[in-house]
Amino acid sequence: MRKQLVIYLMAGRDTPDLAAAAVAGGADMIEIGFPFSDPLADGPVIRAAAESALAAGMRTAACLECLAKTRARVGDTPLIPMTYASLLEAYGWERFVTDARAAGATGLIIADLPAGERTDVKRIQLVAPTSTDERIALAAVETDGWLYLVTLTGTTGARVELSTALDAFAARARRLTDKPLYAGFGISTPAQAAAAASVTDGIVVGSRAILVAGQGAEALNDYVAALRKALDSL
Amino acid sequence: MTTYGEWGGRYVPETLIPALDELTDAWNEAKQDPSFLAEIEALGRDYTGRPSPLTRAERYAPDKRLYLKREDLNHTGAHKINNALGQLVLARRLGKKRIIAETGAGQHGVATATACARFGLECVVFMGSEDMRRQAPNVERMGLLGAVVVPVEFGTKTLKEATSEAIRDWITNVETTHYVIGSCVGPAPYPELVRELQAVIGREAREQILAVEGRLPDAVLACVGGGSNAIGMFAGFIDDADVDLVGVEAAGAASLGSGRAAILHGARSSTLADSDGQIADAHSISAGLDYPGVGPEHAYLRDIGRARYITATDDEALAAFHGLARTEGIIPALESSHALARVHDLDAELIVLCLSGRGDKDLDHVLSQP
Repeated sequence: MRKQLVIYLMAGRDTPDLAAAAVAGGADMIEIGFPFSDPLADGPVIRAAAESALAAGMRTAACLECLAKTRARVGDTPLIPMTYASLLEAYGWERFVTDARAAGATGLIIADLPAGERTDVKRIQLVAPTSTDERIALAAVETDGWLYLVTLTGTTGARVELSTALDAFAARARRLTDKPLYAGFGISTPAQAAAAASVTDGIVVGSRAILVAGQGAEALNDYVAALRKALDSL
Repeated sequence: MTTYGEWGGRYVPETLIPALDELTDAWNEAKQDPSFLAEIEALGRDYTGRPSPLTRAERYAPDKRLYLKREDLNHTGAHKINNALGQLVLARRLGKKRIIAETGAGQHGVATATACARFGLECVVFMGSEDMRRQAPNVERMGLLGAVVVPVEFGTKTLKEATSEAIRDWITNVETTHYVIGSCVGPAPYPELVRELQAVIGREAREQILAVEGRLPDAVLACVGGGSNAIGMFAGFIDDADVDLVGVEAAGAASLGSGRAAILHGARSSTLADSDGQIADAHSISAGLDYPGVGPEHAYLRDIGRARYITATDDEALAAFHGLARTEGIIPALESSHALARVHDLDAELIVLCLSGRGDKDLDHVLSQP
């Protein structure tokens, strides 16, 4: 089974082009960040990208437009808005889900809405190395499709080494659920991608993808292709 | 999840949920444990200097019977020490060796650094670089007490960003670290925990006013930033339906007066935010009130009509700051000065006001005003 490669991009003017380049490079899914002013789960790179996006006017309506334009460029590739609860609170929870779907979203991630809360809003759940078995099981039941394994206790951002907690964490999650497991946070190099994917079903790359996207669509395509190659070598 | 009506909750990344569960369990156990309560009480008495006095302010408000609950006389000069000591006793029960905190005016940072020095625990305080400039003496104090002060350089460089950064540190170091949040904000169980640790203010004040006046006050007054001194004060009178509970916000940071429902720092509360849910900047001369959020219980008390919230401007607070100094020989914190500013036009005769802190920290800032 092909290991899934998920690329995170911040919503912005260039996102449709960048997403198309990432898909051409071998990305299987695209997460689109809807920026929030106070993103607790994010490290410096995504935080700075969110600040720039907000300064450029990427409010919820503009992000939904960006999503629709991206959908027009990437065929059937799954598109997943990733955001924070305050945006849904302001926009209306149901309305957000409906409008995101209409704009081409196939899933949703809310970084500060843990399993057990607002179970009416179907979304991809995150679990962390600190999660108890009980919480992993709950998240697996509630999750929409796959389970997002946060590889480390910390915020988003590249790390020199892949989290040493991942192997045991992935094994623990496997015992608790049959749902596909994708690892994210702290994965940036092809070697880290391969190592993380060797114990999971896919990986998510965010901060480094955003940095590379800053150099243009071609650079992003090359970077994603290198990640793809590493995953396909498994 | 613990809520106050539709307010509150636990809007945090999953990484923190087990720590919040652990804290909730420890707190539920501790609050029924006589030895925990005895330890808190002994620390309050022997270290903080409780009970704090109730002082009649006859010259400041000659046409009222105004009493000041003197939290400014606590060790470290503000009500913040009540919460910091209590949470450290709890952190020790949890076996956490590293303590982090956020601070705006610096009072909570100083209180936490003080309590950490007292118990020999490592202390890291996150503070916006703009607040470090406004509250330089408190930065020096924290250093002297052995704490590391980490400047927060992004966004507004004030309390909002310092709080976000403290939460991010907690996410990263959650297994070794306890986060001493400084107000009745944040994810459950913090709003309840902080209220209960500050409720000593209201309990004492109620007893004291009954002893001196033989009746309950017409109104209880306190400034509201995050709202911890107010919620502690209100807690003592909440069951006395005839006592008017009045919170005073900074006019440029009136989360309750002009906010809307949004989610900030782990809780749903009345917040300064735009129609997209993005958090807005607050503006206040007082670093302690310069915060776009407020404790969820205040939003609830507002909605059910049990408490009401009014505002004071920077200029009104400054006038009250000078006024109390000249008439009573008490230099109040700029935060508390907001509550003092509303005394004269309050439709009440007998008033108890929480003087939440002393103003020494504000001298440079006040004297540099045009």
